[in-house]
Amino acid sequence: MTVDKNLLLQFLLRQGDNTLILGHRVSEWCGHSPVLEEDIALANTALDLIGQTQMWLGYAAEVQGEGKTADDLAFLRDAWDFRNVLLTELPNGDFGQTLMRQFLFDAFQSVLMGRLMGSTDETVAAIAAKASKEVAYHVERSADTVVGLGDGTEESHNRMQAALEYLWPYVGEMFESDETDAAMAAAGIAPDPSTLRAEYDALVTRVLAEATLTLPESRYAHKGGRTGRMHTEHLGHLLATMQWLQRAYPGCEW
Amino acid sequence: MYAQMIKTAHKGVHKREDMSPEERAFQDKIDADIKIEPRDWMPDDYRATLIRQIGQHAHSEVVGQLPEGNWITRAPTLERKAILLAKVQDEAGHGLYLYSAAETLGETRDELVRLLHEGRMKYSSIFNYPTLNWADIGAVGWLVDGAAIVNQVALQRTSYGPYSRAMIRICKEESFHARQGYHAIMKMAFGTPEQKKQAQDAVNRLWFPAIMMFGPSDADSTHSEQSMAWKIKVKSNDELRQQFVDQTVPQIEYLGLDLPDPGIKWNEERGHYDFSDPDWSEFFDVIKGNGPCNVDRLQNRVAAWEDGAWVRDGLLAHAEKKAARKVAAE
Repeated sequence: MTVDKNLLLQFLLRQGDNTLILGHRVSEWCGHSPVLEEDIALANTALDLIGQTQMWLGYAAEVQGEGKTADDLAFLRDAWDFRNVLLTELPNGDFGQTLMRQFLFDAFQSVLMGRLMGSTDETVAAIAAKASKEVAYHVERSADTVVGLGDGTEESHNRMQAALEYLWPYVGEMFESDETDAAMAAAGIAPDPSTLRAEYDALVTRVLAEATLTLPESRYAHKGGRTGRMHTEHLGHLLATMQWLQRAYPGCEW
Repeated sequence: MYAQMIKTAHKGVHKREDMSPEERAFQDKIDADIKIEPRDWMPDDYRATLIRQIGQHAHSEVVGQLPEGNWITRAPTLERKAILLAKVQDEAGHGLYLYSAAETLGETRDELVRLLHEGRMKYSSIFNYPTLNWADIGAVGWLVDGAAIVNQVALQRTSYGPYSRAMIRICKEESFHARQGYHAIMKMAFGTPEQKKQAQDAVNRLWFPAIMMFGPSDADSTHSEQSMAWKIKVKSNDELRQQFVDQTVPQIEYLGLDLPDPGIKWNEERGHYDFSDPDWSEFFDVIKGNGPCNVDRLQNRVAAWEDGAWVRDGLLAHAEKKAARKVAAE
């Protein structure tokens, strides 16, 4: 079954923009972590995410067919063209907020990548196969840290609970479905995200219980990132930094 | 790299006739190029000097993350960003090996970090200079890691086994960084006029700080003799500096950039490049804490440590609870 090229492009941008924007956020920690081992681990996570971005956006550019590269997509689009979920663009906050955000995203990726490995699109399946190894490690590490800090001292517990409450309203967007998702599901390229929620909730509930943290009751979801309808104010600043050289000195080789 | 001005823990060189039998046997091993290992007997001063040197080296790797980290979020392509992230991650890893090497001498990482944060230990002067344009990232890889390699290749032969082995491992990664740095600055030097201008600016600003990395000239380097006798240090500051200048000048010429020092000239008779002395008063100012970034760098490191206290405490408390639960279950 053939799929509308523009819808496939939207799907690929959603994948690549998630990893691009979160990778950028994580890279902001470099040299400022609580302990040297965490500096190394965060740099490693950022590096994996940037590597996944190169694959997703590389394929997106190919599907787009306008002779652009992954770099063109990363550095020369404005905020409204980005398709990442809002969760990934939120500021780092303290180390606890960064690791909670990472866990909530990694848990989603771990469920999604498992399914994408069976995609009817060979390139998608191949990217997912490579990414899934990294994602498996990421979710193990971020879950362990969430548990360690949640079930640590009173202060670390309180900080993690506050991080969870701040971030939880951004979780629901990952499971939204629209015509792009419907088309991907119909073509067997990707699952409808809404079908991933039960598995995600089971994983998150188990880890948060072990972390002695309380899952907020509200299921209210902020959205607008993956459709591009309305990002947070934070994305523009991130792009201003990330894209500055390419914008200030257009057309250069680096 | 990156140890400078390491004070030997005492003045002058021990004379053989003043040595205890243990010290004589120790010196014989050094003279025979047999490595000293953690459990071997060693003079207290040798141990103290090594802790200072390895500790300063470790701190340099860690503080050195900051000037490069300054450009990670502005790297111009995904590939450049990945390369830079990987490099900075390597530096942090070098910090870990080196702190571990210092631990084999009986000094903990926490203690060394405390001394750094209290301003009682130093890191290399080079990291007190800012990175101001993207070409600086290429220049840091090429010049700063290049200078570090010259020093560290020599240190692979240092007498203390764990330090020597750390250097062998670190040199492999540093060589890779230097090549990547040169490649990045080549793109700039061979790019548009604006890119070339950035490359020239980077070389002009970083040249003298890079050659200062080897420390003061031998005539003013009061602490070297005993370190040389112990083979903690294996080549003099001036020898290493000359080697760096000789290998780097042709690389600057290849880039088509102006030489950053009008005093650079090939000396046929010596078979080396002549070059101007850096402004050593600037070097001593930087060492004393008056470099352009000293205060910011240290504040950043102290803030990272203090802001992270709750994380370290939390993880430690969790590990203790887990261990207690395990005991209770048994």
